[in-house]
Amino acid sequence: MSVKVIIPTPLRVYAGKADSIDVSAKTVGEALGQLTSKFGDLRKHLFTEEGKLRSFVNVYVNDEDIRYLSKENTPTKDGDTISIVPSIAGGLP
Amino acid sequence: MSTKVQPITSQPSTAEKATTLSNEEILRYSRHLIMPEVGMEGQLKLKNAKALLIGTGGLGAPLGLYLAAAGVGHLGLVDFDVVDFTNLQRQVTFGSDDVGKPKTAAAQARLSNLNPDIHIETFETKLTSDNALELFKNFDIIVDGTDNFPTRYLVNDACILLGKPNVYGSIFRFEGQVTVFGMRDGPCYRCLYPEPPPPGLVPSCAEGGVLGVLPGIVGSIQAMETIKLILGTGESLKGRLLLFDALAMKFRELKLRKNHSCPMCGDHPTITKLIDYYEFCGVRGEEAPGPDVQVPEITPRDLKSRLDRGDDLFILDVREPHEFQICNLNGHLIPLGELPRRVHELDSSREIVAHCRSGKRSAEAVDFLRKAGFRKILNLKGGILAWSDEVDPSVPKY
Repeated sequence: MSVKVIIPTPLRVYAGKADSIDVSAKTVGEALGQLTSKFGDLRKHLFTEEGKLRSFVNVYVNDEDIRYLSKENTPTKDGDTISIVPSIAGGLP
Repeated sequence: MSTKVQPITSQPSTAEKATTLSNEEILRYSRHLIMPEVGMEGQLKLKNAKALLIGTGGLGAPLGLYLAAAGVGHLGLVDFDVVDFTNLQRQVTFGSDDVGKPKTAAAQARLSNLNPDIHIETFETKLTSDNALELFKNFDIIVDGTDNFPTRYLVNDACILLGKPNVYGSIFRFEGQVTVFGMRDGPCYRCLYPEPPPPGLVPSCAEGGVLGVLPGIVGSIQAMETIKLILGTGESLKGRLLLFDALAMKFRELKLRKNHSCPMCGDHPTITKLIDYYEFCGVRGEEAPGPDVQVPEITPRDLKSRLDRGDDLFILDVREPHEFQICNLNGHLIPLGELPRRVHELDSSREIVAHCRSGKRSAEAVDFLRKAGFRKILNLKGGILAWSDEVDPSVPKY
């Protein structure tokens, strides 16, 4: 299943400046696995050492939060978009 | 550091709700009044509304301007900072002669000039767990234009405890997020992000930079949402996270669900009072931009002495190419992100001094290299900024 993974600005530096990559994956977990295989530096920003998704990073399939779907087992189909949305705090300085 | 709330008001406050508009107000707001979505009734709602703006910076600037222009009758401005020269790139409420003035005073002057009929209360104070509830309780809507995680969690929690809507906006470089938290059946910030990132893992605005106009757009969207909430019109961003990518000029929307197990706003909340947010965010003691990596250091003065003496030192610059263009110490440039791949360019038998802009990235570089077996490596304390301050003022600071 051809899926686009959108990489948010704060993490692009760890993904060779790419703003999105296309992967072939049947689930969100597979897609993120492929992303971090391709860009090893991304791994520690997305996952804890135990391999769990970090709690300040949210992942969406299209516009739905995977926490309310099947988390990393959420199936993906052709043309789906996976968005990684980390918390950002900038506003003032 | 005073945390006591000391408002400085510009117009006398009226406890009674306004029921009429003067002829002058009718003329001023005519473009509102001729729209059925606003009309006299809507304008009176705006006049009687009380909005508290947390932060009068990049987001606070368009917020203050548009809410004042719209006739929000009572605006509160919270900010402990003074106007800095580097603010003028995006904080459009301020002028060049405001540099050095407290932001709240400068903003109040500008907004009063724009609309002398509204009541502007300023709080030149840091928002803390000690004063937040007291500050918020007299306002109807809170607008979050802050710049750090501890304050965002504080604003969120105080709004949930008091039952106030929180119009949230945040930015990073050329991306923005906007939503409305704190509505009765809507999510809160903790539903979206139960925990903050550890300090240093997500770069701050000061480290990442920002396109000046970006907070102008995001703050204007926040102003729009605030006005809509006051008027009770349109569809708010409650339950929706608006994502804005300025470079691609794309807006996207993600669904934000209320987490019924949320410890703050869920069905059985476990957080019932404000906490120590700096501890929660892993920032101990003073507000630190990131964890200090302990590595061997050299001061700019000592580096200069050693170079003058003819010592054979290899200067490693771990900044980005565009920074090297601004100013440099003729170092060998390997951006920090590329260091693991390019470490073979370094000779571990030579003494290396690593530097960046302020000393943080280079501290990470030194830490990495020491772990890779480099023994003769020092971090330039304070970076090229400190070099400019202490050794060579002709080197521009940025």
